[in-house]
Amino acid sequence: MDLYEYQGKELFARHGIPVPRGIIAENPESARAATEILGGTSVVKVQVQIGGRGKGGGVVLADSPDEAEAAAERMLSEGFGGRKVTRVLVEERLAIAREFYAAILLDRSTGTDLAMVAAEGGIDIEELARTRPEAIRRLHIDPEIGMHPYHLRALTGALPPESRDLVENVLAGLYDVLTKEDATLVEVNPLVLLEDGRVFALDAKVTIDDNALFRQPEIEMLKTVFPIDPVEFRAREAGLQYVKLDGEVGIIGNGAGLVMSTLDVVQQAGAGAANFLDVGGGASADAIATSLEVILSDPNVRSVLVNIFGGITRCDLVAEGLLEALQRVTPNVQIVVRLDGTNAEEGRRILEAAGHPRIVPAATMLEAAQKAADLARGEVAYRGHPG
Amino acid sequence: MAILVDRTTKVVVSGITGREGTFHALRNLAYGTQVVAGVTPGKAGRDVEGIPVFDTIADAVEATGANTSLIFVPPRFATEAIYEAADSELRLVVCITEGIPVRDMARVASYLRGKSSTLVGPNCPGVISPGKSNVGIIPGEICTPGRVGLVSRSGTLTYQIVHELTQQGIGQSTCVGMGGDPVHGVGFLESLALFNWDPETDLVVMVGEIGGDDEERAAEYIAQEMTKPVVGYIAGFTAPVGKRMGHAGAIVTGSSGTAQAKAEALEAAGVKVGRTPTEVTELVQAALP
Repeated sequence: MDLYEYQGKELFARHGIPVPRGIIAENPESARAATEILGGTSVVKVQVQIGGRGKGGGVVLADSPDEAEAAAERMLSEGFGGRKVTRVLVEERLAIAREFYAAILLDRSTGTDLAMVAAEGGIDIEELARTRPEAIRRLHIDPEIGMHPYHLRALTGALPPESRDLVENVLAGLYDVLTKEDATLVEVNPLVLLEDGRVFALDAKVTIDDNALFRQPEIEMLKTVFPIDPVEFRAREAGLQYVKLDGEVGIIGNGAGLVMSTLDVVQQAGAGAANFLDVGGGASADAIATSLEVILSDPNVRSVLVNIFGGITRCDLVAEGLLEALQRVTPNVQIVVRLDGTNAEEGRRILEAAGHPRIVPAATMLEAAQKAADLARGEVAYRGHPG
Repeated sequence: MAILVDRTTKVVVSGITGREGTFHALRNLAYGTQVVAGVTPGKAGRDVEGIPVFDTIADAVEATGANTSLIFVPPRFATEAIYEAADSELRLVVCITEGIPVRDMARVASYLRGKSSTLVGPNCPGVISPGKSNVGIIPGEICTPGRVGLVSRSGTLTYQIVHELTQQGIGQSTCVGMGGDPVHGVGFLESLALFNWDPETDLVVMVGEIGGDDEERAAEYIAQEMTKPVVGYIAGFTAPVGKRMGHAGAIVTGSSGTAQAKAEALEAAGVKVGRTPTEVTELVQAALP
């Protein structure tokens, strides 16, 4: 879960990292008022969970309350990068002398924390790592021993001497956020040295481990302000693993890997998947009915592909679940069903016997993907079982 | 031979009195696995259809000679079960539990360095050496004994591929479900190395997906050390950047962890990569000696 910049900065401040004075505004008038409070000038920053704000007009230096109001008006009405924007962060303007980069992330390949500091900021760190890797100081920190002063000294070794103590303080704070708030990434880009010698986190990128939310109730609460697609919301409420995509074939499968593979195969068949949906191990009638409801509420969906491999899950029960679901949901598109694995024969027989006009059987995953793709493109009208 | 589990495997199941624990312990037992003990704190002295239950893994090991741990306990207690198994020096620890905080797993990974226990998982379906031993939730019925090794980050996708292999008469030496979490135990690298030395394995299938660099590191190993043919599959070519696709570890971040990069790295190392699960079986058929 990616936090908004202002949420990340609140965490930073709580862990002793200096951040600019800032006020959240949910309408243009508040942005004006905030700028007045901050002394007549401000920086207006769009709050979205994606990067590239600087280049895309998501950060505006306002020289007056009028300008701040206009910038907020534009951001809130136009959105950013195709996303809805519900709030902007209005911050004090600071006199910047130097920009740095600092981050700590959980490096999955080693299972240790990787801290990185660069003496330049506001840059694309992936690009810098490719072109001038020597410009980044990198250090792995074993989670069993934690971050120590020698780590901090090594990381800040290439920074201007007068800034080192303050940056070390920031790094210690970042490590605190990482470990105490169950973050997997904390990044400050840029971290700035001001003309008056102070060091501030000008930006904040924080990713929290979803698996740890059960013990981070305060962070879980931060989610409530995220804008969310209504279909995604419904899926989440039902406990389904759902990701909205932009194709036309609605997908239901069991198991994350199989579903990912299904999306790929549908694309190879010439259509796009409308979603990722993992119905989970049991694939009960309830779960299937809810999944169907969720998928069919997406207006882009022109066909549905149900791809089940029965391991522990029994295909006969899946077939019964599907039929029961179809008594609750009335789809206006065809549903291609492929059952394989445990009790697949029986499952297919149950579907055939029911003769539902919306169910189009398929023997293999590839055949199913092809049929669903053809249906979505409106090229072929596969009829369901003769009803 | 086979790898990780075989006829000498003696399993102690942590969380055996839970619904999942009971169900799968009995399935593993019915498969022919030596499931010798279960652990549920406070339930020592009971049994689950004849499998004795103990308070601690240490007690279970002392009484039954268990050498492998299988863990079904909920996420907030699962890492404790892993530590407990490692402290009892069990040779293999298979953790099925999904949803363990990744920082907890990082500490486990750190603790296990230099210990004698090998961890598989978490968030994994387990390990099966068909005809010998099944430790986890992989349905034994879809497997058949043979000489193809398989290692995968996914559950049902593995079942799909194993099923297709079995239908074509291609048996498996061992199937390793390494799991879908970002920080985990045995990976592609370790599995490939074990298969490389296993006299009962002729070819290895590796099933990867988006996120991390396990596949890329495996490709390096394959190019340098692997003496047996490897067939690959990568799921998630169409996955969007920054979206988690079901598994905690299945996410493309920035430009790293894409399916394309993984497939290219593997192909550069001489691995044949199938575009569909069905093509994997065809490639295996063509590559088998």
